[in-house]
Formats: sequence, C-alpha cells, structure tokens
Amino acid sequence: MIFGQFSPAAPEITLLIMICIVLIADLFVEDEKRATTFWLAIASLAVTAWAVLASAPDAHTLLFDGSYVSDALSQVLKLFAIGTVAIGFLYARDYLRQNKLMKGEYYLLGLFGLLGIMIMTSANSMLTMYLGLETLSLSLYALVAFDRNSATSAESAMKYFVLGAIASGTLLYGISWIYGITGSLQFDGIAAAVRNDAINSMPLWFGMAFMIVGIAFKFGAVPFHMWLPDVYQGARTPVTLYIASAPKLAALALILRILVDGLGELHVVWQGMIMVLAVLSLVVGNVVAIAQTNIKRMLGYSAIAHVGFILIAIFTGSQDGYAAALFYTLTYVVMAAGAFGMVILLSRKGFEAENLADFKGLNARSPWFALMMLFFMFGMAGVPPWVGFFAKLNVISAVLNAGFPILALIMVLASVIGAYYYLRVIWYMYFDAAEDRSVFQADIDTRIVLSLNGVAVLVLGIIPGWLLTLCINVIRTVY
Amino acid sequence: MIGLQHYLTLSAILFSLSIAGIFVNRRNLILLLMCIELMLLAVNFNFIAFSRSLGDETGQVFVFFILTVAAAEAAIGLAILVVVFRNRRSINVQELDTMKG
Repeated sequence: MIFGQFSPAAPEITLLIMICIVLIADLFVEDEKRATTFWLAIASLAVTAWAVLASAPDAHTLLFDGSYVSDALSQVLKLFAIGTVAIGFLYARDYLRQNKLMKGEYYLLGLFGLLGIMIMTSANSMLTMYLGLETLSLSLYALVAFDRNSATSAESAMKYFVLGAIASGTLLYGISWIYGITGSLQFDGIAAAVRNDAINSMPLWFGMAFMIVGIAFKFGAVPFHMWLPDVYQGARTPVTLYIASAPKLAALALILRILVDGLGELHVVWQGMIMVLAVLSLVVGNVVAIAQTNIKRMLGYSAIAHVGFILIAIFTGSQDGYAAALFYTLTYVVMAAGAFGMVILLSRKGFEAENLADFKGLNARSPWFALMMLFFMFGMAGVPPWVGFFAKLNVISAVLNAGFPILALIMVLASVIGAYYYLRVIWYMYFDAAEDRSVFQADIDTRIVLSLNGVAVLVLGIIPGWLLTLCINVIRTVY
Repeated sequence: MIGLQHYLTLSAILFSLSIAGIFVNRRNLILLLMCIELMLLAVNFNFIAFSRSLGDETGQVFVFFILTVAAAEAAIGLAILVVVFRNRRSINVQELDTMKG
C-alpha cells in the first residue's frame, strides 16, 4: 500500500488529501460551473470508499500507539457514511442551484464533516474521539449558518453552536474524571483499569454521568433535545438532510466505543441512565411530533423517537442489542436521507416545501414520487414489510430476551402513536386536493437515485437477512 | 499544603459558574461565548491536576488539543455571531426565539 505502516488509516488520509485538492480546485471554478466542485466531491467520496474497501482488515488493527482502530464496525459505518453523504450531495445539487446557493462551501464542509465521522468510527482513545467529534461538530455549525442571508438559519446555527459547545464541554469534563481515576485515555486501558479497580468508585460514576449527558446532547435524546427541532427547521433543507443522516452513524460509534469498549464493565451503572433517556425520547418524540405542521420539524421529533429505539437497544447490553442498534441506525439513515430528499424534490426556487400541507395531492402530481414518500413514511412508522418494521422488531426481541417486557410494551405503544403522524402525510398525499401544481425541476439522476433510495427501503424490508447477518457478524467480531 | 482535591474543587466551581452563566444570562451572546471558554478552561484545570498527580503526560497533551480546538470553536462562534448580527441587528439572547413548538 502507498501509505506503508499507516495503511489502516488510508481512508482518512485519502479523504484529507482529496479535500485539499477539492479546496484548491474550487478556487479556480467560475460560479456558473460550480457543478465541477460537486463532481470532484463525488469523486473524492468514490476514492475514499475504495480506500475503505482496499484497507479491509480481517480483524482488529491498532495504529498510532493504540489511539486508532480499524475493525469491522468502523468499516461498515464508514461505508454507510460515505454512501449517505454521496446521496445527500446529489439531492442537494438541484436545490442549491435553484436557490443561488451553489457554493463550494456546502460540499467542502460536508467532506470535512465526513472526515470527522470517519475518525470517530475508528477512535480507540478519548483524544481521537474528541478530535473527530469536534471536526464533525465545527463543520456542522458552519454548515447550518451557510446561507448567510437567512435569519432563521443564523438563529438555529447559534442555538446549535451554544448547545453543541456545552455538550462538548460536559463530555470533556466527564473524560477528565475518567482519565483521573483510570489513568488512561485509551478505551482498552480504561476497560482494564475499571476491571481491576473497585466498580463502586463514586468519582468514576460521576465522570460517567457527565459523559452520558454529553453523548445524549449529541444524540438529541430527551431531555437534551432542545436544539434538534430548531436546527432541523431552521437550516436549509440540504443541510438538514446532512445533519439527519450521516452524523447519526457517528453518534452510534460514539456511544458504542465509549460506553461498551471503554466502560462496558460498568454496564449495570449506565444502564439505568440510558433507559430513562430512551423512554423519555420515545414518548416525547412521538407525542410532540403529532402537533407539528412543519415537516422538517416533524421529522426532527421523529428522529428523537428513533434515537429512543437505538438507545433502548444499547441499554440491553447484549450482543443482540448492539446488533439491533447497528441495524436500526444503518436503515434509519437510509430512510431519513430519502425523506429529506423528497422535501428537497418538492421545493423550488424561492419556495421551501416545508409544511405538511405542501404534500397535499402529491399523488395527482406525481404518483411515482407519492409512492416513494409512502415507502419512506411506512418505513419510518414500522409497517411490515418495509425495513423499519424489522429494525423495530429486532430491538423489541433483544429487549424481550434481556427480560424487560414492560419496555417492549412502551416501545410498541410509542410506535402506534408514532404511526399517526406518518400516516397523516400519506393521507394528505392521496386523499387531499393539491394546492400547488407546479412541475418538479429535479434532474434525471436525482430522480433515479431518489427512486432507488425508496425502493431500497422496501427491498431491504423484504430481504433483510443479509444486512442483519452482516450486523450480527460485525458485532460478534468486535465484542 | 495544596493538594489534588483543591484543584478539583476549583475546577468544579469554575465549571458550575460557566454552566450557571450560560443559563442565567439572557441578554448577550458574547457572554455566552465567554462562558463556553470558561467551561473548557475548567476542564483543562482538571486534566492538568490529574496529569500531575498521576505522573502521566497524556493529560497535558490533551490540554494542548483542547486549547487548539477551543480557538477554532471561538472563531466559528464569533463568525456565527456576526451572521446573526447582520441579519437581526441585535445579539440579545431573548430575541432568538422565532422557532417554537
């Protein structure tokens, strides 16, 4: 390999080199030919994906004195992150062009964010995790504010920045305590110290509680979710699409690496905190989403409810649970990218299709895309045979196996409540008259990818076996 | 004799002050940014105290990284502040409330 001893980190190094190339090339591109930057960004993603596949190790490879790990989990998360970012870039292109926002910054910040995500998925020490998290977060803050002339974008960027910075600070304060007690920053070192020492060390719990608050902020779990609906609503739709998809994979890596790799021995202690966060997220997310009239905000609350499912899967502390969390996150990301892709498809110059009412009569305007939206909504609601059903079923069976029937009941009830607001979108599309009859302006490649994205939600639901086996194998090799 | 617990107490006080500052202050966004900086500095204090008492330099290396990231974070925060001011002609925290629900 060209990177010699650093070849396990080839994906990150390749992406960074490609970002530098795009950054410089973008300077010489005229405004009318800004699509060049888009194609360069897609090429960077393709090269990075190739680097991930080429560096595929059979097992656990450590690098940089054990600060960086390349394993099956990081491979899968990286590939999915690259894929969703590529889809997001494609959906964003038409929107940015129509709204005169076609600037290199969107793609560059998106690529830098992806770099942060990739570093987080491969982190094996608190330092690597923190640096990856900040690379991602700082790119996202700037991305939300990227439409300089929009007052709502600026407002939501400020809220996101302040709450994100509090989350980082809280996480760091927790890390400092864990470091002080265990004397190590690396997850294996922390795990060894926790195993040898008394588990009943109060300062250790204290640090862990701060870290969980920080993680909950980043995930958007109730009661630390205040930023999430505002950011989803205030950011321009392509930015919301980006925030709603790939960073969720990074959040999963964050919680798995820290709580399971590092503090797995303290499972009994963190279990309670995670459960409270998860149940509150499920209930609040699903109930408040019903009251929304803005679809971006509604999908924001729905994201909070989905986070509840992922957290409950991790709460079980079993291999089944972790595999279910991985499957849930991977499939949720595909559905979220598609749903925001539909919002982008319905928008046009000077018109943001962000209200639920904008979906009225979609069936009359375009039966095919109404069907795609139906796929995404049924997928998120968990209607069989769409993929969301299997994702929810896995989590529920993991929770039942771990012996918590009441939690399973809460999940089922929350899903039933949640089905209402997804079905309402479908009702609007099929049984209400259209208020707006304009023609979609998306290019043919966007239409094809959006269709494939919708069909994938159905096909993954009909044949979920291979992805499920993949998730279980990944978790088996890692834990 | 000043021991580890004194440093930890000081750091905890600074951390609490910064959190309180963020939630009590309802007027000026620049004060919010200052509170965030204070929070990161409180964490640095913790790291250095622990690093010294453990006799392990990794904590001090971490502090250098936090300082660097804090500088980048302040730059982004101020940039967003400028965008907010250009759009609203105000940096009052209470006026950042157009989105509800």
